[in-house]
Amino acid sequence: MDTQSLTYLFVSLSFALYIGIAIWSRAQSTNDFYIAGKGVNPVANGMATAADWMSAASFISMAGLIAFLGKDGSVYLMGWTGGYVLLALLLAPYLRKFGQYTVPDFIGTRYYSNAARLVAVICLIFVSFTYVAGQMRGVGIVFSRFLEVDINLGVAIGMCIVFFYAVLGGMKGITYTQVAQYCVLIFAYLVPAIFISILVTGNPVPQLGFGDTLIDSSTYLLDKLDQVTTDLGFNAYTENSKSKIDIFCITAALMFGTAGLPHVIVRFFTVPKVSDARKSAGYALVFIAILYSTAPAVSAFARINFIDSVQNVEYQSSPEWFQNWEDIGLIAWKDKNEDGLIQYSAGNALEGTKPKFVEGEGNHGERLVSNDANQANNNEVYIDRDIMVLANPEIAQLPGWVIALVAAGALAAALSTAAGLLLVISASVSHDLLKKTFMPNITDKEELLYARCSAAVAILVAGLFGIYPPGFVAQVVAFAFGLAASTIFPALFLGIFYKRLNMQGAIAGMLSGLIFTSSYIIYFKFINIEINYAQYWFLGISPEGIGFIGMMINIVIALAVSSFYSKPPEHVYEIVDNIRTP
Amino acid sequence: MHKDYWRANLKILMILLSIWFLVSFGFGIIFSDFLDQYQIGGFKLGFWFAQQGSIYLFVVLIFIYVYLMNKLDKKYKDNNDEENKY
Repeated sequence: MDTQSLTYLFVSLSFALYIGIAIWSRAQSTNDFYIAGKGVNPVANGMATAADWMSAASFISMAGLIAFLGKDGSVYLMGWTGGYVLLALLLAPYLRKFGQYTVPDFIGTRYYSNAARLVAVICLIFVSFTYVAGQMRGVGIVFSRFLEVDINLGVAIGMCIVFFYAVLGGMKGITYTQVAQYCVLIFAYLVPAIFISILVTGNPVPQLGFGDTLIDSSTYLLDKLDQVTTDLGFNAYTENSKSKIDIFCITAALMFGTAGLPHVIVRFFTVPKVSDARKSAGYALVFIAILYSTAPAVSAFARINFIDSVQNVEYQSSPEWFQNWEDIGLIAWKDKNEDGLIQYSAGNALEGTKPKFVEGEGNHGERLVSNDANQANNNEVYIDRDIMVLANPEIAQLPGWVIALVAAGALAAALSTAAGLLLVISASVSHDLLKKTFMPNITDKEELLYARCSAAVAILVAGLFGIYPPGFVAQVVAFAFGLAASTIFPALFLGIFYKRLNMQGAIAGMLSGLIFTSSYIIYFKFINIEINYAQYWFLGISPEGIGFIGMMINIVIALAVSSFYSKPPEHVYEIVDNIRTP
Repeated sequence: MHKDYWRANLKILMILLSIWFLVSFGFGIIFSDFLDQYQIGGFKLGFWFAQQGSIYLFVVLIFIYVYLMNKLDKKYKDNNDEENKY
């Protein structure tokens, strides 16, 4: 069978599995729909959390980003795993003890205020939709490259699948599908990584392989990589190029943001006991660490393989994948010195960075772009970093079934995260906005119906994001983590660890975190894009890391304002005492 | 009784979070360049902490926390049962 039939086979098999699980685990009540009846085994919940958390960004984009960032890429590795320590130690067990359905539920009850609940709902919906947009783009890329269907059709198929199991099964359906999706995605990630590790270093363990010597040579892979990258005018692979303070703040913002992401937190509401919530966070991180410790190895292999297979190669005899990705528009080549050879080095190859393709072919058969060549450097290749993981098996010339497997894995990663996000969006609408604020008299059955309707609407909106992707998806990722770190995390943390914090303090804190962080990001990412450089940043902190400062501001303002108003009422003290005892 | 439990809990948190901070922000970022002068295999040590070591340590920390808290819960529960006897 050829690669494409295999891909169709693997993708349809995995989709059939997800639908089968959804039918088997339908939700019967709101308790099932929101938190899976609190009956999920901690290990299963750990797996589901890992699939929920590892998105199209983790699966498709992260290793590619690190391949180009080198050591600076560590911010993602540490930031997106270290947050689980905070989650396990500071939030998960207490919020599980509190025992409600949603994150705004806790904030609304702890700060005895529907205004606080509404601020939390707004932050939650913003963070979650930002995230969903990225998933749908991932689904679109995989469908168009591997199944050669139209991107829009691909997104529509993805929507139907998610619609089926999220609307029907709720949290219960999602949980068990996510367990299956985790197995698919981790298998799909590890198999090519192990193959490539053996090819490049002879070591079957990628985590060790990238610290090993190259096959048939006594040079270490990383030393070779340092040398190759500096020769081509890049920063050495194993050295930082960003400033320490920026790396520090980005890592911190990603960690605290991770701990404050609502779709991850609610997963811990589904286990039977408080001690299970702790254990479950540990298992979740084990399952996540399997992928996250492999990713930097994949990055290093991909970088060296990419350079080896295209550098000074004639375009006409360039590898098939190079031209396949060029057809999709994620690779472009402009022959600056007109020698017919591909030359890759530091700097943007094209003016205006992204290629604008036009009709027709160049002298060597390449796709023409209307961009002028950037004469400041000799680089002739534009490459979208997102394709590194997807192209890696092809670059390393692995068999067709491995490539098919990667496609199924990438879809599993995107769909599992999308479903988790859509669920928290629908729960915050049907539970926090309707049941707890505007329509307190609805019955459990009606609430379940509203939950299903809002899940359906959320899926439609997410699908639209996939079909008409907003140009700012990459920019808004900073937003999602920045806001989660500067609004949701401090409100939860202080709510548990500082009894004296009252309604006024919490709301003032969340609003100041929200306003500070969003105005800083909007200023540099949307209004004054041309001065988005270190010398203009506050203390040299990039918009990606500003959420950490926003969090500090939130905490300081919350404590200060709180001290001017009276203590919270007695029953709030009782709630806090109660969640502190397991 | 509740106060003692909470104090013991906070102590565990402080110790584990200090290690968390030291390894990720300390070894992985602040002292990373200094540690890079040492090598384990093909890895510079600071680079290894930033891309591998800190992740492994995070996993270990959570399981230590689970173990310590389960022990603490048990002690607290036993003590409660003692008090209830009299």
